[in-house]
Parts: sequence; structure tokens; C-alpha cells
Amino acid sequence: MTPQISPPRTATVAHAWGLLESLTDPEIPVVTLRELGILRDVREGPAGLEVVITPTYSGCPAMGQIEDDVKALLQANGLQGRVVTQLAPAWTTDWMTEVAKDKLRAYGIAPPHACASQASGSANVVQFAARGAKPEVVHCPQCGSANTTETSHFGSTACKALYRCLACMEPFDYFKPY
Amino acid sequence: MNAPVEYLLHLADNALILGQRNAEWCGHGPILEEDIALSNNSLDLIGQARMLYQHAAELQGDGATEDRLAYFRDVPDFRNYTLCELPHMPLTAPTSAGDRDFASTIVRNFLYSSLMVLVWDQLQSSKDAQLAAIAAKSLKEVRYHLRHSRDWLVRMGDGTDESHAKAQTSLDQFMSYTQEFWTASPSEAAALANGTGIDMAALQNDWNQIVDAALQEATLQRPAAGGFVPTGKQGMHSEHLGFVLAEMQSLARAHPQATW
Repeated sequence: MTPQISPPRTATVAHAWGLLESLTDPEIPVVTLRELGILRDVREGPAGLEVVITPTYSGCPAMGQIEDDVKALLQANGLQGRVVTQLAPAWTTDWMTEVAKDKLRAYGIAPPHACASQASGSANVVQFAARGAKPEVVHCPQCGSANTTETSHFGSTACKALYRCLACMEPFDYFKPY
Repeated sequence: MNAPVEYLLHLADNALILGQRNAEWCGHGPILEEDIALSNNSLDLIGQARMLYQHAAELQGDGATEDRLAYFRDVPDFRNYTLCELPHMPLTAPTSAGDRDFASTIVRNFLYSSLMVLVWDQLQSSKDAQLAAIAAKSLKEVRYHLRHSRDWLVRMGDGTDESHAKAQTSLDQFMSYTQEFWTASPSEAAALANGTGIDMAALQNDWNQIVDAALQEATLQRPAAGGFVPTGKQGMHSEHLGFVLAEMQSLARAHPQATW
């Protein structure tokens, strides 16, 4: 699924888009909300400007900060607007741009692989890799080696897993496919 | 079409109470990685609960808010499975926090996550569009919870004599509580009837497959079914929920007008 971004319709919307385009994620300040797929739309609503964002993980504590950041940026530039949170379609790391993935890597976070095909149907749910099967290969963002191992499924934030590189011995975060 | 409020509360209360339980490990995990993993798991569950409470509050109207629903209802108002409120320990153990048992945590999370991957998957087609949207997000999260608890279940079951015994004891204690999954409560029946809910009994075969495959790999024995069927989702709980609520709600109730 590709991001559905409606084209700028008015000067105000275009202005707001221009401002929000550069707003970065509070947790990972090298990528923008647009590049992460969190910023979905800017539009004229019945009561003024509306900025549509979609949450990443359900409990991601950064969402409150993101809403505040959007409001503060608009206000600082003399625009009034409200933030609309939209759940569907559900955010996915597949929306992340290639540019964003390169920036993550340069920042020391291994970018997410594409989500596995997860069509509806319980038959998909019961499939698990047998123990000992080789899990997905995550390349070390420091040295590029494929000789890495997962330390923990869960890392410093909800969206990341902990990995360690067995070549350069550096620990690193892996942005999990979602 | 809207789901019955009580059905949304059932889904929300499951997530909140298990999220609160798993958060008890925060700062006390057996190793740092597991401390972080269980806190992440709680964060997801509490996030899911918030979305469901927000939806329920909007449908309920009359000044309801997510905080009123989470912090100002009492034991008989909660609609979670009894399984979610039990302490992290074999039921015959003393219930002091120092006796918290990691095997119990893992077995419970495994049994619950195995169910919820099926429930959220099906609820993606709920006629309640907001519930369907919440389900699509929650499914992505519970897949990671299942992977985590299943890995540990196999590691402990097919591990040392001691880890195997602990996993088996927890399984023996918790399995009978899963009987509550399959008998429809009035709100589940109402949700199924208006197309917003699902037929839980129809999920039982798939759940059995997930559970039995993991137990086999873990060399654990599935205990025989039968015995008392718990009634938490109808508001009749074990003695443990009151203690969970006391801890979780005391701050909000001491400062009922607080905002943040």
C-alpha cells in the first residue's frame, strides 16, 4: 500500500505542508514524520486546517509529543490547526521511504525489512519457523556484516529489536517490520 | 454499525489488566532484556486498551472518558477473562511479589496471545469500522507477543528439569482458565449477532493447533480439559482482581480532578 497524500489545494494547505515536511520524529530525529509515513495528510476541514497523523505502535509514547510538535510548529508560523488521529489503514513500516531507510542506517539503526505477506486467514497465523531455522538476516549498520544475532525481540522503543554484530562486536537496534 | 459497549470493554479490560500484570516485571525482570520485553508488551497492551476505551467512551457518551473507564470502575464492572488477572505464580504459592514466577508469565502470555492472533485477525472484518482498525494494528503487535512467549515456552519446556517442571506446573494451573474463551457471554453473542463480533467457539480448532504444536515442541503435556469454567468476562472475578485494581487505580482516585 502506498501513502495516500492528497495534493495541496489551497495556499494555506501548501504552506502547512511546506512547514510539516521537515518536522522530524521525536525519538529518531534524523527522519521526518513524512518519511516514516506517520504524517498522512494536511487538508482544509470544516473548522480549519487539519493535520492527519497515524500512530505507529498502539502504545507508542511519542504520539503525544508528535501531536504537540505539529501544533507548536503551526502556531509558531501563525497557522491554526488541529491534529486528527487516523487508525486505518494501519501504519506499516513498508511505507517508509528508501531515503528514510538510508538515514536510519547512517544513524546506526538497521532499517526494517519488507513485511512478510500477511494475508487474512488463520492458516497464516500458525506458521512458525522451526527452532534452529535461520532467521532473517539483518545487516549491521556499522560495518555492513551479515554475521549478526538477535539479542532480544524487544529493544529501547516499541518499534525496535536489539541486535549484536558478531563481526565488529557492536550492539545495534533493528527497526522491526510492522 | 457499532459494537456493543460491553463487548469493547471486554476486549479493552483483557488488554489493560494483562498489561498491568506484565508491567509488574518492570524493574524486576529476570534479565534486562526480558524486563524491557515485558514492558514493551505492556505498552502495546495498554495502547490497545486506550484505543478501545476511547471508542467505548464515545459510544457510551454521557461524559464517559477512557480514564473514567479504566480508573473509576470496580471489580464487578470489569469484563476481562479471569486468566488475565491471576498473579504471576502457581495458584498454590503465597502471593507475595517476591514469589513472581517467570514461567507463569510466559505460559499465560502464550495462551492469551495464541487466542488474540486469531481474534484480531477476524475482527479486522468487524462491521464496526473503528474496531476493525484497532484490530488491524493490534494483530501486528500480538504476533510479536506470541513469538516472544512461544520461544520462551519451548526454551523452558525443552530446557532443564527445573524449567520444564515450572512450565508444566504453570500450564496445569492456567489451562483450565482458557475454557472461558469459548462460551459466549451475552455481549459476545450480541456482537456476533450484529456483525461486529466473532464466533469464539469457531476459533477453538485453530487455537488448539497453535497450542498443541508449541507444547509438542516444548515437550510439555497438555492437561485434560474440564473443571470450573471461570466467569470473569461476565463480571464475576477471582479474588485477585481487586488487588490489581487497588494498585492501578489508587493514584487516579486520590486525585480525581487531575489532568496531565
